[in-house]
Amino acid sequence: MTIKIDVDMSLCQHYGQCVFEAPEVFTLNADDKLEYVAEADESLRHNVEAAVDVCPMQAIRIVE
Amino acid sequence: MTDPVVIVGAAMGGLRTAESLRRAGYAGPIQMIGEELHAPYNRPPLSKDVLASAVTHDAVAFPPRAETADVEWMLGARATSVDLTAHTVTTDDDAVTPYTALVIATGLRPRRLDFPTQVGRHAVRTLDDAMALRDELVRGARVVVIGSGFLGCELAATATKLGCTVTVVTPSVEPMVRPLGAMLSHDLRLRLEAEGVTFVLGATVAGLDDGVVLADGTAIPADVVIEAIGSDCNSEWLADSGLDLSDGVLADNALRAVTIDGTAHDDVYVVGDIARFPNPMFDDVARRVEHWNIPTDTGRRAGTVLGAALGGDLAAAVAVPFTPMPSFWSNQFDLKLQAYGLPGLGDPDDVRILEGALGGDVAVGYYRDDRLVGVVGVGLKAALLPYRQQIATGVRPGA
Repeated sequence: MTIKIDVDMSLCQHYGQCVFEAPEVFTLNADDKLEYVAEADESLRHNVEAAVDVCPMQAIRIVE
Repeated sequence: MTDPVVIVGAAMGGLRTAESLRRAGYAGPIQMIGEELHAPYNRPPLSKDVLASAVTHDAVAFPPRAETADVEWMLGARATSVDLTAHTVTTDDDAVTPYTALVIATGLRPRRLDFPTQVGRHAVRTLDDAMALRDELVRGARVVVIGSGFLGCELAATATKLGCTVTVVTPSVEPMVRPLGAMLSHDLRLRLEAEGVTFVLGATVAGLDDGVVLADGTAIPADVVIEAIGSDCNSEWLADSGLDLSDGVLADNALRAVTIDGTAHDDVYVVGDIARFPNPMFDDVARRVEHWNIPTDTGRRAGTVLGAALGGDLAAAVAVPFTPMPSFWSNQFDLKLQAYGLPGLGDPDDVRILEGALGGDVAVGYYRDDRLVGVVGVGLKAALLPYRQQIATGVRPGA
């Protein structure tokens, strides 16, 4: 089982709060831009939900 | 049937508490009591991007989750009193709701100036507030913002971008000076002035009459007056509860509400802006922290501890220290501020530029007894992360 992750890059301001909650999925690159993997193992769901919660722009969602 | 866990305050903190309770294994009834008619939504955009475009509930609503689909919502009801002995909450429709456990998450309301004039005055806390203000922020409108904290400065920036002529009136020596200190707040004022905002510093408002009248007699005509002078805690409904209400509601590190004689209630919790709790990341002083991350972090903590208490294993949950990293951000024009820790705790004489330079991308460190307690970045993101870790642990990775 996997979960699909979508970040609305028109909203994302690259604050990187999500990186602390789910570093397996979200990273900030050397140019301060967010990078993420669009699909992750179901076992990471709670971490990704936590990342959804802490995003100041509320730009992250789990695609059900 | 057992009485529900009653969460008073149906905003972000209450919602996160309910979700966390479910994750902690609590499967019993949950009832949310909220004064606003809207389901929980995200407030920060109400002074920024959403205010600049279309203010709708859809634009700011938190997506519902399956785990809290069976929460019972009692919206449009304001709690008026609580009986901690009888385990009941009374609301303004005279309903008396019994509870198994109580979560206090009633948050803040904008402080208002005490003047008789009511026309053209606004404050921004709720979705309805933002909708009402949005209608008046038309191109060419003369706007006076009273107060120069983050909210006041964000509203000034948004109104300017919408084509209004904006003056910020404040008793402070610089905008945002309390959290950011004199050096950075001065730098930011220069940048906001360059974007077209006028500041009147060191000014006291003496009256509202077709605008704002200052104590020295200066009149600033205005079509719209926005009061952004801080907040008051919605704790009046707890007046007879015996809880310590000296600033918000006192809680211990497990977020259990504490009475004036120092006893913590295992079945009453405090969440969000109203919670005054100790954070061992800094010291043992209980503080209220009005940062956006706090309702989420305290909601998770309270839900976890309460879930454990209801499951019969309170002691283990309480023993885990709660050390949330305060964080906030602010967008004003193209300025993107981000902060970690509590910059306001630092010694005013020990503020250091850590990266970059004033006037451009910069990171500023705030120190107490030579230890980093806060960092604020302008235009910097990843560069702040090692300092965030330094605030949490006392050691900067790679340093």
